[in-house]
Amino acid sequence: MHGFDEALAAAWRLIVTGDTALVEIATLSLKVSLTAVVCAALIGLPLGAALALARFPGRNALVVTINALMGLPPVVAGLLVYLLLSRAGPLGPYGLLFTPTAMIIAQTVLVTPIIAALTRQVVADLWQEYREQLTSLGASRLRAVPTLLWDARFSLVTAVLAGLGRAMAEVGAILVVGGNIAGVTRTMTTAIALETSKGDLPLALGLGIVLLVIVLAINAAAHLLGTTARRAAG
Amino acid sequence: MHARATILPLTLDRVTYAHGSTVLIDGISTVIGASSRTIILGPNGAGKSLLLRLCHGLIAPTAGAVRWAGADTLGRSDVARRQAMVFQRPVLLRRSALANITYALSLQGRLGRAERLARAHEALAGVGLAHVAQRPAHVLSGGEQQRLAIARAAALKPDVLFLDEPTASLDPGACRAIEDAIRAIDAAGTKIIMTTHDLGQARRLADEVLFLCHGRLLEHTPADEFFESPRTPQAAAFLRGDIVG
Ligand SMILES: Nc1ncnc2c1ncn2[C@@H]1O[C@H](COP(=O)(O)OP(=O)(O)OP(=O)(O)O)[C@@H](O)[C@H]1O
Ligand SMILES: [Mg+2]
Repeated sequence: MHGFDEALAAAWRLIVTGDTALVEIATLSLKVSLTAVVCAALIGLPLGAALALARFPGRNALVVTINALMGLPPVVAGLLVYLLLSRAGPLGPYGLLFTPTAMIIAQTVLVTPIIAALTRQVVADLWQEYREQLTSLGASRLRAVPTLLWDARFSLVTAVLAGLGRAMAEVGAILVVGGNIAGVTRTMTTAIALETSKGDLPLALGLGIVLLVIVLAINAAAHLLGTTARRAAG
Repeated sequence: MHARATILPLTLDRVTYAHGSTVLIDGISTVIGASSRTIILGPNGAGKSLLLRLCHGLIAPTAGAVRWAGADTLGRSDVARRQAMVFQRPVLLRRSALANITYALSLQGRLGRAERLARAHEALAGVGLAHVAQRPAHVLSGGEQQRLAIARAAALKPDVLFLDEPTASLDPGACRAIEDAIRAIDAAGTKIIMTTHDLGQARRLADEVLFLCHGRLLEHTPADEFFESPRTPQAAAFLRGDIVG
């Protein structure tokens, strides 16, 4: 394991010296995934809540579809967005392919179903409990949506985190629509996937460590925030 | 006698509620007037909570009808807005005690922010909870939660307030405090319709009694009469504390 030791040492040097390429890649990754999760939450939270409360024909089919989309393979999501953004596609004229924006769109597509499906479940359960009380107080179903989202906020943090985990970890979608262009669309996961095969083990390993630490840190922070807030709110 | 509500009397016309082939509320017809406190009594499972929910419009009767006076002129949502209910197991929102009340007031959409706050503080004080106004509702004790639910309903100043066993989990002192609050709500012009398992409380509060058994209305009698000389053997057995067949 001589090569591994060396690679690990080199990776560590890259991290502690704050290597420019490494910092740039990590920053872009975070920017893309966080933006995508914010977009996905803006769509997925109200969508999930609406699905929990609304009654319309085809609702069950939609619920099943969104649940199934939780398992959408990232490369397939990437491919769909690629087709949309490619020169011949409907959004071709905007020239978004191989930009960070394209990667944000692809990850939003990937993460929205996760947040929507988990939100629907959480809000549906809460609605069971709240329904008669809110109806008695005079809340319409539409008015109940923000109330339920707010009261489910601690569970919903978990749903959003699940989405963030998926976004940070996936490589297929952003590779297809981003292209791993150095300095432009190279993220932690795409770099790890491609630099490894090219033999740049220190960079790949260094990025792997950074990725793990970031994901751990985000979850730890959210957990801490959740427990203190929950204690404060009873 | 003070000026009374406009959506009363409440007329029940052969109100029936069946679940599958089981008839849970069996053809109840009566008129509940404005000028008295109405207490619904009956053994566990008699259908008291169901009857309140039917009256309040949370569930629709499978046969028969619930009619409020003035429903034609007021419209459905207005009739609903003039009622409030405290549930046997009240649901409190995950926010402060005070915010639970201002939320309910904001749903009514008639008061400004300052007015809502003032009315919420007043309602909390009315049930002796002024000191926990800013505390999250979920950390309050069971009895405090029950009182908060009553304060929230009372703050709406409804024409009719349904109370489903409002003192079920309270110690005697808290029970008295709630009974006083109920009397004050009544004195302020709100019609009280409530259930209780506490016969002492029923005697203290009731002007008239509806006695339910197995989903049927066996008595609708002035309170003195009900407690002195119940008309049905079931009510007599219930008052003696026997198991009602
Ligand atoms: N949605 C429902 N489906 C089936 N049965 C129901 C439903 N709701 C209530 N019941 C039944 O109807 C009967 C009356 O219930 P209800 O809650 O009104 O009783 P209650 O008089 O309030 O009793 P308690 O004193 O225990 O509160 C019970 O036997 C209950 O199991
Ligand atoms: Mg009951």
